[in-house]
Amino acid sequence: MERAIITHAHSDHARPGHSSVLASPATLALMRARLGADRAGGSQQALGWGEVIRVGGVEVSLAPAGHVLGSAQIVLDHAGSRVVVSGDYKRRPDPTCDGFEPIACDVFVTEATFALPVFRHPDPAHEIARLLASVALFPDRTHVVGCYALGKCQRLIALLREAGWDAPIHLHGALASLCAVYEDQGVHLGPLKPATGLARDALKGAIVLAPPSAVTDRWARRLSEPVVALASGWMRVRQRAKSRGVELPLVISDHADWDELNETVDEVGAPEIWVTHGREEALIHCVGARGVRGRALRLVGYGDEDDEGLGPEEARAADAVDVLA
Amino acid sequence: MIAFADLLERLVFTPGRNAKIALLRRYFATQPDPDRGIGLAAVTGELSLTVAKPALIRDLAASRTDPALFAWSYDYVGDLAETVALMWPEAETNAPPPTLSEVVETLEGSAKADLPSIVSAWLDASDASVRLALLKLITGGLRVGASARLAKIALAEIASFPVDPDEIEEIWHGLAPPYLPLFAWLEGRGPKPDPLHAPVFRPPMLAHPLEAADLASLNAADYRAEWKWDGIRVQLVATAEGRRIYSRGADDVSAAFPEIVEAMAFDAVLDGELLVVRDGAVAPFADLQQRLNRKVVGAKMMRDYPVAVRLYDILFEAGADLRPLPFDERRRRLQAWYERVRPRLMDLSPMIPFATLDELCAIRADARAASIEGLMLKRGDSAYVPGRPKGQWWKWKRDPLTIDAVLMYAQRGHGKRSSYYSDYTFGLWRRDAAGADELVPVGKAYSGFTDQELGWLDKWVRNHTTARFGPVREVEKSFVLEIAFDAAQLSGRHKSGVALRFPRVARLRPDKPAHEADRLETLMALVENRPSGVQQAA
Repeated sequence: MERAIITHAHSDHARPGHSSVLASPATLALMRARLGADRAGGSQQALGWGEVIRVGGVEVSLAPAGHVLGSAQIVLDHAGSRVVVSGDYKRRPDPTCDGFEPIACDVFVTEATFALPVFRHPDPAHEIARLLASVALFPDRTHVVGCYALGKCQRLIALLREAGWDAPIHLHGALASLCAVYEDQGVHLGPLKPATGLARDALKGAIVLAPPSAVTDRWARRLSEPVVALASGWMRVRQRAKSRGVELPLVISDHADWDELNETVDEVGAPEIWVTHGREEALIHCVGARGVRGRALRLVGYGDEDDEGLGPEEARAADAVDVLA
Repeated sequence: MIAFADLLERLVFTPGRNAKIALLRRYFATQPDPDRGIGLAAVTGELSLTVAKPALIRDLAASRTDPALFAWSYDYVGDLAETVALMWPEAETNAPPPTLSEVVETLEGSAKADLPSIVSAWLDASDASVRLALLKLITGGLRVGASARLAKIALAEIASFPVDPDEIEEIWHGLAPPYLPLFAWLEGRGPKPDPLHAPVFRPPMLAHPLEAADLASLNAADYRAEWKWDGIRVQLVATAEGRRIYSRGADDVSAAFPEIVEAMAFDAVLDGELLVVRDGAVAPFADLQQRLNRKVVGAKMMRDYPVAVRLYDILFEAGADLRPLPFDERRRRLQAWYERVRPRLMDLSPMIPFATLDELCAIRADARAASIEGLMLKRGDSAYVPGRPKGQWWKWKRDPLTIDAVLMYAQRGHGKRSSYYSDYTFGLWRRDAAGADELVPVGKAYSGFTDQELGWLDKWVRNHTTARFGPVREVEKSFVLEIAFDAAQLSGRHKSGVALRFPRVARLRPDKPAHEADRLETLMALVENRPSGVQQAA
């Protein structure tokens, strides 16, 4: 793309090699860490919350989306009409990023990852309490939690700290560098240690975070009789959790659940929504009953899986910019 | 119900035996009476509460959810109770979720017509995990990822003093939910429940498989020989208070064999083999299978598949515990008892006279009757000890080789069988790197069963699926298949390191608990006996 506005730094949204990139400062920092300074965009322009720039005849600004650090909604104003592109978002408080701000608009482009009524995320503190109860029950085993490297990992750490877990949290190598970016951006995560290079016994009773692909693979052999957990909104459905070989499914998601998707649509008050990234039909059906017109927006290269650790992140090549194109 | 729902959920996802025991232990140690006792009954299969049909759940869903949203959700989740549990709308209520005992008591005392409003109110007060447990419980669809045996081991572990799980096994069938005296005893608050004359199960004595290396070390004079009958092992318990037939896994199978129960007009506990016997001849095992797993048996079934018990041990006689006596003495007592009582539908398993081991080898090699699996060797001085004490009893099967393996995956067949799950991947136990037992697949079988057995297996697979991968289903690791095969060969292409020549299903073993299936080492030992097999594989 010649010019791209990036909602957040997940690799299926933040592709390398655009000529000009506009994003929040934290998203740009994360993109540079993941893609390398040069591949993150020929020219990189940071836009703080509420700052406005003009692109052609359109006023562009960003508002927090609450998905991961730096994640933004894109607000487009033109001739008295406003379009808001949500990107991925969630409504629950998250100490590692700014919370979602509902913005009144005429067209709301919403994600729909968990747009079925079976997806209603429990209180994350409840899920963390289940994890800690399991750690107490199996003190000689290592609890390894599969989680997405950007966002979920840092949120889990923050949730564990809130629950009073002060011990060092051990990280798979793929997770450490992004935690460092979070620290640079002022998000404090407490003591973190590598999970590698230790004797098997050293990790007894410890909590280890690792990418979902590693937790049931050879990498996990280094751990002491691991309890394999996976933190994802998909864990709500047993069959999904079972097929992943997970012993302790934790329903912790960085996306809006069914109720929150509906509440958000009502809150922004848009008479029309465009639905993308998920199960469009159920949300369109449901808002239709409330007089809101819904349209399914099929994005280029959109895969079947969400980025909550159940599919290759590259499977979803869609990007907020495609919406504008 | 919160703790019970949490227990069920963790058991479903936990593969390790020790971890399951730990979860059960925590549940029993932390939950109050009488809830934990009801939970125990649910885990051990003593609680059967089928009060609602799936239609009730559908109606409930229709009353609270949009039909289109329900259809999409059901399509995605694939399980009715789970769909409803997950999508049930949050309700404004301050009511706490029901306790397990409240659920059971309420359901027992309620009219069918009141069920929908009762269940709705419970669902309103519960979270998704409790809703799922509740819906499964009331529709009889509760699957517990743990056996009754594991529950008894966990109970032994919560005791405030050393308790052997077999001690609990011995009083178990004299107890009833919610097991208050049992918990009181385990926690040092009460006496050991005395089953008195209740017809309780006694954990059986088991035999080790005999291998060539063991044979050489045996002293012929120390051992007695009997045929190893190809039936199912049963324990007949008759006291003044009742009569029971137990399988070796402690299941009460009395209802399937009423004619045997009727013939148990005595006061004794006997160990023997249940067989289908026609005109004095033992019928193939497949005939006996017709009689298994039935709650009621008709007259025709009893006529077409007449059963009898071949006795080989006596554990109690008129209330006296004979188990500490040596085998020879118990055998003498058994014979005397039999001569005196002459019970119908029972005979004695004959002793096989032999002088030397060579002679015994010849006897075994000549034993070609389908009803005989091989020989049993029992030390003449062996007391009757629960479990599998080393060096006391040996089972010495004849060729072909067989293993008892656990069904792990099933795949749809081809052509005529394309609607059946007819290809079975089975596995054996081994110790993993962390020292826990795991199943490792050792082969695949798709023959050896009758059409009837295929239908039965297909249904079992569908009802016990835990995951689907295209045409393959992973199933609960709870069903044992006896696999016959011509040879075991070392193989670098197989995860287990061993390949079977011509494996086929010799028979279904619904009576055998999965944890008693064979271990990989047992199969490996068979490979070592046949080093030429490696060359044959090339």
